[in-house]
Amino acid sequence: MIRRAVRFLDERLGTAPLLKKTLQYVFPDHWTFMLGEIALYAFVVLVATGIYLALFFEPSLAHVTYQGDYAPLRGHEMTKAFQSTLDLSFETKGGLLLRQTHHWAANVFVAAIVLHLLRILYTGASRKPRDLNVWIGTTLLALAVFEGYAGYSLPDDLLSGMGLAIGYSVLLSLPVVGAWLAVLVWGGQFPGKEVFEPRLFITHVFVIPIVMATLIAIHLAIIVRQKHTQFPGPGRTERNVVGSTLWPSYALRSTSLLLAVAGVLLLLGGLVQINPIWLYGPYHTYSATNGAQPDWYIGWLIGALRLMPPLEIHVFGYTLVPNPFFGGALFPLLVFGLLYSWPAIERRITGDHARHELLDRPRDVPWRTATISAFFSWVAVVFLAGSQDQVALHFHFSYVGLVWFFRVASVVVPLVVFFVTRRVAAELKETELHPLRLDR
Amino acid sequence: MKRWLIAALVLLLGKLRPPRALPPGRPVREPDRRAENLTFLLLLCAMAAAAAFIAFYFANPDTQFLGATLGLAFVLLAAACLVAGKRVVPQIEGVKERPELEHPFEQDEVVAVIAEGGEGVSRKRFFLLAGGGAAGLMGAALLTPALSCGPEANRVLSRSPWNRGRLLVTELDEPIVAAGIVVGELVTAFPSGADKEDIASPVIVVRVRPDELDLPDDRRGWAPEGLIGYSKICTHAGCAVSEYRYPSYGPTAPGPAVVCPCHYSTFSVTEGGKRIFGPAGRALPQLPLAINGDGQLVADGDFSGRPGPGWWGVRK
Amino acid sequence: MSGNPQRGRDLYLTGCQSCHGFDARGIQGTAPTLHGVGAASADFYLTTGRMPLDDPHSQPDRTEPAYDRQSIDDLVAYIGSLGGPEIPQVDVVGGRLNLGEGQRLFTNSCAACHQIAGRGGVMSGAFVPTLLEATPRQVVEAARIGPYVMPRFSETQLNDRELAAIARYVQYAKHPQNPGGWALFDVGPVPEGMVAWLIGLLALLLVIRMLGRNEAP
Repeated sequence: MIRRAVRFLDERLGTAPLLKKTLQYVFPDHWTFMLGEIALYAFVVLVATGIYLALFFEPSLAHVTYQGDYAPLRGHEMTKAFQSTLDLSFETKGGLLLRQTHHWAANVFVAAIVLHLLRILYTGASRKPRDLNVWIGTTLLALAVFEGYAGYSLPDDLLSGMGLAIGYSVLLSLPVVGAWLAVLVWGGQFPGKEVFEPRLFITHVFVIPIVMATLIAIHLAIIVRQKHTQFPGPGRTERNVVGSTLWPSYALRSTSLLLAVAGVLLLLGGLVQINPIWLYGPYHTYSATNGAQPDWYIGWLIGALRLMPPLEIHVFGYTLVPNPFFGGALFPLLVFGLLYSWPAIERRITGDHARHELLDRPRDVPWRTATISAFFSWVAVVFLAGSQDQVALHFHFSYVGLVWFFRVASVVVPLVVFFVTRRVAAELKETELHPLRLDR
Repeated sequence: MKRWLIAALVLLLGKLRPPRALPPGRPVREPDRRAENLTFLLLLCAMAAAAAFIAFYFANPDTQFLGATLGLAFVLLAAACLVAGKRVVPQIEGVKERPELEHPFEQDEVVAVIAEGGEGVSRKRFFLLAGGGAAGLMGAALLTPALSCGPEANRVLSRSPWNRGRLLVTELDEPIVAAGIVVGELVTAFPSGADKEDIASPVIVVRVRPDELDLPDDRRGWAPEGLIGYSKICTHAGCAVSEYRYPSYGPTAPGPAVVCPCHYSTFSVTEGGKRIFGPAGRALPQLPLAINGDGQLVADGDFSGRPGPGWWGVRK
Repeated sequence: MSGNPQRGRDLYLTGCQSCHGFDARGIQGTAPTLHGVGAASADFYLTTGRMPLDDPHSQPDRTEPAYDRQSIDDLVAYIGSLGGPEIPQVDVVGGRLNLGEGQRLFTNSCAACHQIAGRGGVMSGAFVPTLLEATPRQVVEAARIGPYVMPRFSETQLNDRELAAIARYVQYAKHPQNPGGWALFDVGPVPEGMVAWLIGLLALLLVIRMLGRNEAP
């Protein structure tokens, strides 16, 4: 049976050598190497659930009066987009399960990418020849964040609309071209013409997913070409790669991870409520709710918008650069710019242009570990500031006081983190203690 | 039929086949019976969970039941694969040489081949310039149709439905009687006959005691009887400015202001919409109000500035 | 409801006069006059435990009422005798109250501060209380009197029937329909993000910890 299948393919395509190579492909299987795989499988779940949702969602801003199953919204004026999301949630069997699974998958997807990125940077896997894949991966992270925002914006509920208003303002704030671009995208002034919703829909379900799938394919192809990195150890050199072969163990383990990702996301989707749009109701430009928040991966942008002092650039009474530009556009450009240029920055600092296949432990290079920690703590402080209204509410801190606290923290915390991390890493390197298991 | 059954049994149990001879010298791997049994058990449980999902779909399509059963089916299957991958199948360690990525000699050759293609061509720089120019203009030409996505920006963004005498109405299109608004109250109003969702449409009208007013000199008469109107759309990021604080007892509480719940930009209502906290860079545009012969609120002109978020070139 | 204004006056003199003054006409810079605020105000501030207030310059927050029901009735009777609006009658069960209208009006008039499900919020300079403990009567009282820095809502803007619809929605929003499962306190995406990281991703980290190796390098 197997022999016949192998022969069938080989006689027609000459695949036997390739198959043999594939089955014996070697994976260094340190557990942290599977973070990217979690993201990959979350993407698979996103595509699968997304296709199902697209069968029911109507990307239309046409006005209707709701008469469906959810009593508190009966009689409300809303768009078809919002109504179809309600119907999908209340009247389609299994619809709410898949909608929630899709949303949880998005949240976990971006989280896994961030952890994966941290692992890459901390272990020095970003050095030559993998700088190429750092750029592709960073692009994927940016696309994932944008894709999530587009999905969050589709149902046209109150939070969608408030999020879109802010996105519109950020686009509008870009110097010179902002107004033109915003009017172009929305087909007019916010909240835009009828065409906006189908444009957003096509972007979310077609354009970005295709670009992401292509980039993921290239990302993986580059890994196959360059082979994996590995931690140093007996028998491991810069010139070889040691690990489990694909067949049989790694194939089974990777399948297990795919199933586990799907299982965890479905359990979350079935048991934990996410984005209850029926509670938020339809959006109108003139209504708003307190404590409105985006999904977590947009939190750092909201934080930057909230922390930014009321700085604008004016000339002769005319605005040149409106305030949302700094928090909403300049800050993410800076963060992603640093991520893109990190391999070059590191080369410049170390003067090391060699190819690296063996990884460092984070402690081995204290300055790098400290720099990356400082950078991420900076973004993390701004991220936390994005939820400061919920913090103020639940811990009864003054909001105004919190804004000042976070403004100071965004400068002080990265500095403290830098020096503390560098010290700790150097200490660990010297004593060879394990940070979590102090007996070794 | 009988042959199929035997075949199925063989596949399932694998007992009838004599053990295949292994190459000499390689140790025979003992099967891990307990791990195999565990895998079978997990597979059976996964089947049961998947069947339960199907049953719930027809009997009681509650999201929690559906999610728990299907999620569990996946998790059990994942556990089966995990046990099988770690314990049932052999763990084969491989060592592979890495490919040499760099080819210094070929690099030079590629450069040479490319250079060869330009041999005997004069005015290379001119060709490069002209070619680049053609490509650039071609790109611009291909992008031009994108302009049909939207109309000319400044004209669109500067439109306003407000003018002198325009009646203010509620969300349900009823005129607003000035005397009906008490001190400490906030009313959302729209220009009669206009699109309510338009950014320039919604305004907030509040009444303060006339002695609290501290408007700029050129806005005298914009707030008859202490009734003041402002654009409801935040000049920072376009959210609805709809939090209103008006102290029931002034000396012990913060003063009258409207706050945007997105980034908490705060605008004083008695001082012409001046920003007093938060990231907004421009004041909230004020709408001059008047009271018509029927005691209803009407606009007495357009806003003091452009409502909504700012852009390059908007008047401050 | 049978308050004794005479006893209320006695309670007033021991509990309230230090800020509101001997004759309840207020003390300049400390506390307002209570003439004309009416029984509605007294009932709201006393049943929500917002009065008496330790520091007259701090925001009155909801606490356990300082007086028992009878004493509150007496105090309300006394303050009511100084003039002002009566305690409103609210009936959220009877009549033809539409939950849909309640949510629409709540979104337009209340959600910007109290959050769409009434879980409270913030603004610069003040905290917005949660409505989880608010009774229908307190909701209507608050809307009419505008306590602390909350705006007022007059009859012309929200009539009694509309206010009752809002009060009914507030009751509903305490335990809204949550078909999606564990509702995470109905406060939106912040706890959702925590679940994604601390439950979803953490579970998957444990999975890869089992799947992969931990060769201590």
